[in-house]
Amino acid sequence: METARLELSEVRKHFGSTKALDGASLMVQPGEVHALIGENGAGKSTLMKILSGACSRDAGEIKLDGEDLRLTNPLQARDQGISMIYQELNLAPDLSVAENVLLGMEPKRFGWLNRKEMQDRASAALEELGAQAIDPQTTVRRLTIAQQQLVEIARALVSDPRVVIMDEPTSSLTQADTERLFAVIRRLRDRGVSVIYISHFLEECQAVCDGYTVLRDGKSVGSGESMSQTSLDEIVHLMVGREVSDIYAVPPHAMGDSVLQVVEVSGLDKPRKVSLELHTGEIFGLAGLVGAGRTETLRSIFGLDPMTGGSVERAGKRLPGSRPHERLREGLGLLSENRKEEGLLLNRHVADNLTLSDLKPLTRYGWIRESAQRAAAEHWIDELGVKTSGPDQEMGKLSGGNQQKVAIARLLHHGSDVLLLDEPTRGIDVASKQQIYRLMGRLAAEGKAVLFVSSYLPELLGVCDTIGVMRRGELVAVKPAADWTEHAIMLAATGADESVA
Amino acid sequence: MNKLTQMMQWKAVRQVIEPFIGLFVVLGFFAVSDVSHILFTGSTWNLLLVQTVVVALGAMGMTMVIISGGIDLSAGSVVALSSVVGAKCILLGVPFPLVILCCVLVGGLTGAINGALIAGLRIVPFIVTLGMMGIARGVAKWIANNQTVNYTAKYGNEHPVRSILERTDFRHFFPLPPGVWLTAFLAIVMILVMRRSVFGRHVFALGSNEDTARLCGIRVQWKKMAIYAIAGLFFGLAGLMQLSRLNLGDPTASVGLELEIIAAVVIGGASLSGGSGSILGSMIGALIIVVLKLGSTLKGWENHIQEIIIGVVIIFAVCVDRFRHSGLLKRSRD
Ligand SMILES: Nc1ncnc2c1ncn2[C@@H]1O[C@H](COP(=O)(O)OP(=O)(O)OP(=O)(O)O)[C@@H](O)[C@H]1O
Ligand SMILES: [Mg+2]
Repeated sequence: METARLELSEVRKHFGSTKALDGASLMVQPGEVHALIGENGAGKSTLMKILSGACSRDAGEIKLDGEDLRLTNPLQARDQGISMIYQELNLAPDLSVAENVLLGMEPKRFGWLNRKEMQDRASAALEELGAQAIDPQTTVRRLTIAQQQLVEIARALVSDPRVVIMDEPTSSLTQADTERLFAVIRRLRDRGVSVIYISHFLEECQAVCDGYTVLRDGKSVGSGESMSQTSLDEIVHLMVGREVSDIYAVPPHAMGDSVLQVVEVSGLDKPRKVSLELHTGEIFGLAGLVGAGRTETLRSIFGLDPMTGGSVERAGKRLPGSRPHERLREGLGLLSENRKEEGLLLNRHVADNLTLSDLKPLTRYGWIRESAQRAAAEHWIDELGVKTSGPDQEMGKLSGGNQQKVAIARLLHHGSDVLLLDEPTRGIDVASKQQIYRLMGRLAAEGKAVLFVSSYLPELLGVCDTIGVMRRGELVAVKPAADWTEHAIMLAATGADESVA
Repeated sequence: MNKLTQMMQWKAVRQVIEPFIGLFVVLGFFAVSDVSHILFTGSTWNLLLVQTVVVALGAMGMTMVIISGGIDLSAGSVVALSSVVGAKCILLGVPFPLVILCCVLVGGLTGAINGALIAGLRIVPFIVTLGMMGIARGVAKWIANNQTVNYTAKYGNEHPVRSILERTDFRHFFPLPPGVWLTAFLAIVMILVMRRSVFGRHVFALGSNEDTARLCGIRVQWKKMAIYAIAGLFFGLAGLMQLSRLNLGDPTASVGLELEIIAAVVIGGASLSGGSGSILGSMIGALIIVVLKLGSTLKGWENHIQEIIIGVVIIFAVCVDRFRHSGLLKRSRD
């Protein structure tokens, strides 16, 4: 048998008293796309950070093409042919595409930048990805998220890698862009590059991956040669150690009176005259392509983006003021799609993050009662099953999915009765997704209204009562969820339905 | 389990003693030198504390500003302005309590202007307070007619302002002048405010991520106004202390004081990128600076040596801090 491209055995790593990895093993063949699967906090990102030199290991062996690998920093890994694409994009937004692609390995002549060669190499890498459309000279800030991701991949490619690691690459992509990414991955595979692919979308893994490894609590609990031949139930069982069925089954809830009327709300560019009505006990889904203005709609309603026209009303009366603190006072709450940049205080502890928007009830004579704050935090940590060492763990040390749970818990702690959730399940594992859907159902049953933005149509169709589709800043169609199909939503979102009609 | 509780206790202990370590190191250095018999006497410590007052008060305001992610370069000029205004008030026969109020309010006013410009026009704090540094200094000189404002000719040495920081016993540690007690009291209040009040939490939130703060309904612009205005009050009060110490209003005094204050805050463990820092740390930072200065004077080192030493200490303190948080630096969390 030929030697494996990559072999990790019995890797261990602890952070303080947390065992992040407790004997993780992984084997990847040349030209294999390998899925790395596991719950939030299972240790996937940690394992990949160790492999890419961003983090040290306590014990365990790593062999690359049969040779022992000792890494102390990411540059070394890159020289060895291991490239990592992080869970969140890591680009310098004000530099050009070419500069980003070759960051840290700029071609030089007599110590000066060789611009010509830089352009050429960047466009060659982009071309290989089938992304000729991206001009190497534009600044990255002006690209869409999907395009930015292609730039990241191009960056991984220029160093001629043997292994490319993708940590949740599709969590901010639409389905069409995901398809494009898959094409890129297959192209890499055909060139003999090994790809390690981390995702909580198991269907995606099935579509694009060959072998798989499942991590649970830092241990490898199962692996197989063929992801597509294995049933998802089996994999989920390995992941969480129990059956997870009916993930979209939400508690019954009934729609009642109208609680919030959004009347012809317009923003600077998007949204454009969006009107919608939320009722008690309603889960209202907003679908659309990336850039359709769903996020902007939520932000305008909540007062984070300026509203240039229209109004947000309750029982026919305009809500007073227009800024976030006034919206919060009126019972609205927003979950940002961007937890790292906007959603959380990464250097503060979990308890602060959880209670920040509503500290008043936890005070006596204006002083925060830390015991009360802890208790409140513990309650929500328990309720949502956040994996953390406790309320005073630093936020940045939680795994991606667990950070997201804390961001959601903050809204619950605040007790908002109109919840604006922007991609709430981003980066969250199956079992936790199910938990969040149930939570949304339960909140609806309590008479709250949920406005739910998602790019993942199955979940919208699965849990929403009503679905609206946005296109270029406008809300083009609103119907009960039962009257929609995935196909119909896509047609409405792209505008294809109108050109036919 | 046992080990865990032990670890947590150790952590709590460490949090309390850690800021003091730097101070112990500096004191230890002088303790083994030939000046220890002078340095470690009650009367020297009395003097030390008196000399720390101005920097310590300034550092209270500055710590808050720096934690919120800002900076205030106008501190030194505002101290000078406040002391000149105080001296002028005395000359005009303004009653003592009102003199105090004037000094403090002058500081508050400049702070409020800083805050209004930073919050209202969204100009970066560095620029606004750099401007205010020049403006306050200029106004101080203008009011003072480009000379020191001397009221002793009119009132002799006995004006009550003098008593705020006057040392009465040169042989013992006690009694400490009221200004020292007031500073200690305010330090305790500020420690509590920053650690345990909603306002304090909001300041930290603002410094660690302004967008999150906004998202969580914190009125970001108002808070900034308040932070700079309160910091200004502290600088104003520091000006009053300066006035009491010098016994005259000097518009050209306290040049570069803002840097000393910032140094104290940074030595105390605050990060200039905001979101971290502590009042206790800054107070100790202020003490370290004063001990270094006094110690150098006792050793007969010249001014330029002192300056070099303080510079080295600042860099060293920041390095130590980096080292302690190195985990934080290495990590690129997802
Ligand atoms: N720097 C750190 N300090 C302390 N604990 C950490 C640190 N990095 C990771 N951990 C802990 O290690 C565990 C594994 O985290 P990791 O990020 O690898 O999970 P993951 O499998 O990538 O999860 P997700 O799917 O949510 O991204 C978590 O419990 C996390 O809290
Ligand atoms: Mg992860």
